[in-house]
Amino acid sequence: MIRIENLVTGYGKHAITSNLNARLEAGELVSLLGRNGVGKSTLLRTLCGFQPPLGGRILLYGQDICTISQAELSRKIGVVLTERPDTGNMTVREMVEMGRSPYTGFWGRLDRHDSETVQWAMRLAGIEDMQGRRVRTLSDGERQKTMIAKALAQETPIILLDEPTAFLDFQSKAETMRLLSKLAHEQRKVIFLSTHDVEMALQLSDRLWLMDKDGVTTGTPEALSYDGTISRFLQCKGMEYEPSTRTMHISDAV
Amino acid sequence: MRQKQILLALSCAIALLAMANVFCGSVSIPASEVWHILCGRHDPGNTAWYMIVHESRIPQAITAMFCGASLGTCGLLLQTAFRNPLAGPSILGIDAGASLGVALVLLGFGSTWGNLGTGTHALAITAAMGGAIATMLLLLALARTLHDKVMLLVSGVVIANVTGSMIQLLNYGATEQGIRSFVVWGMGDFSGVAIGSLPTFIALTSAGLLLAALLVKPLDALLLGDRYAQNLGIGIRRTRQWLLLTTGLLTAVTTAYCGPIAFIGLAVPHMARMTLASSSHRTLLPGTMMTGACLALTCNLLSTTLPSNGGIIPINVITPLMGAPVILYIILKNKS
Repeated sequence: MIRIENLVTGYGKHAITSNLNARLEAGELVSLLGRNGVGKSTLLRTLCGFQPPLGGRILLYGQDICTISQAELSRKIGVVLTERPDTGNMTVREMVEMGRSPYTGFWGRLDRHDSETVQWAMRLAGIEDMQGRRVRTLSDGERQKTMIAKALAQETPIILLDEPTAFLDFQSKAETMRLLSKLAHEQRKVIFLSTHDVEMALQLSDRLWLMDKDGVTTGTPEALSYDGTISRFLQCKGMEYEPSTRTMHISDAV
Repeated sequence: MRQKQILLALSCAIALLAMANVFCGSVSIPASEVWHILCGRHDPGNTAWYMIVHESRIPQAITAMFCGASLGTCGLLLQTAFRNPLAGPSILGIDAGASLGVALVLLGFGSTWGNLGTGTHALAITAAMGGAIATMLLLLALARTLHDKVMLLVSGVVIANVTGSMIQLLNYGATEQGIRSFVVWGMGDFSGVAIGSLPTFIALTSAGLLLAALLVKPLDALLLGDRYAQNLGIGIRRTRQWLLLTTGLLTAVTTAYCGPIAFIGLAVPHMARMTLASSSHRTLLPGTMMTGACLALTCNLLSTTLPSNGGIIPINVITPLMGAPVILYIILKNKS
């Protein structure tokens, strides 16, 4: 579905990561792990088409992303970003309706199919009962579900999320990740997200992208656990990774 | 449903205020006489009253209506484009940029706005548009590097001050008559559009308002931020170019004809947001246009009917009194 070949990402002439090779398949929840500053957000922004690759290519269904028009791309990739726009009086329903923009006409009016899709997206994200509330009154978790519903209403086969679980309380993190996993499996979407919630990603993801300054290593959580890649990747003084339970342990508490 | 009722109520308010502007003014004319004049059954012996109603009050009411709608629309577009609730044509120095353009022409020709010919009007409007768009380009460039909303406003105030000094410097080289007319113009006045140039004024502002209406869908998407909007298939660069042209045109035309009018552009979109309880530009834009027309008509009514020592009170004396409370409310609301 998405294949990246020898991808170089960065700004202007400054490359942040180079030689990335990986692929994303439909029906999989894929988590991108890596330390701050390693280039996760830059990679996501490049995949979203917000910034051009400095080298290599991103193939979407075999077509180079640089040759796809913005209008076409908006029907292929939906995004959930870390920014929290000031939406004033906008209601949850209005926010989800924004997801229909790629399909509506010049004036942005919704037809019956659009309204039904919006309703479907809200039901799937579990926010139907709050559709009349103002977005600014939502908790972080509710807001994140709303943004996911917006991406669902966009009816794209691919959804990319930049740290969707940051700032959420534990329950909301778990709910969000379970929702995303359900969407990947039941709706057969490509769900690709960056996160720092390592344990949750290890338990719920179908595939991991481990990113460091040398590039990305990909694989299923099982495979990467047993061959020791994750242990090496998460190596940190006083912490140990337990492959059988896919959890982290503090080995020498001070 | 409720929003439709509010829009209907606003249109009634516009009609009532427009009538009030025609019936009341600095010269007292009996209501029955005004009515006769409007119906074309006036006393042929009294041409003064006829002239006042036809050549002054009616054009002034129409000018106020279109000017208010234009300034409110400008404010709304700027607030969405810069994602800044306190953005507006005057606080960002855009009308100061337009003023500089007008000043170059007015002081250069040493004449009053009313005495200028159509060609010179066109020149002044073009100069004003150049000034407004140049200011906005500068602001857009600044907005890319400044992520602090307050800093952008400070930059706007600085721009306004710099253009202010440039206008002062121009004054030194101008004739006394030129300076005088420029100072009067700078106080804001809806009577600057003579009946002959009214069609041009209406056509230009209507073109700007229509352009704004065409931007409803991208404006809604821009509320989510550039990246979300881009992901929804909105051409950010193209939208910005249209926004630039629209706000430039509206600010330039209103500033050239009526002077730089403060506070209306900033306060009106907030009044519309509060009454309509919406963020969608499809309701907010017509609401803003109507609220702007109402506010400008009210200001004009006050400026012509409040007792003053001969003549009328300048519009810019009244607008801050109406606009400042709204702005203070917004600042306090955003703080919490």
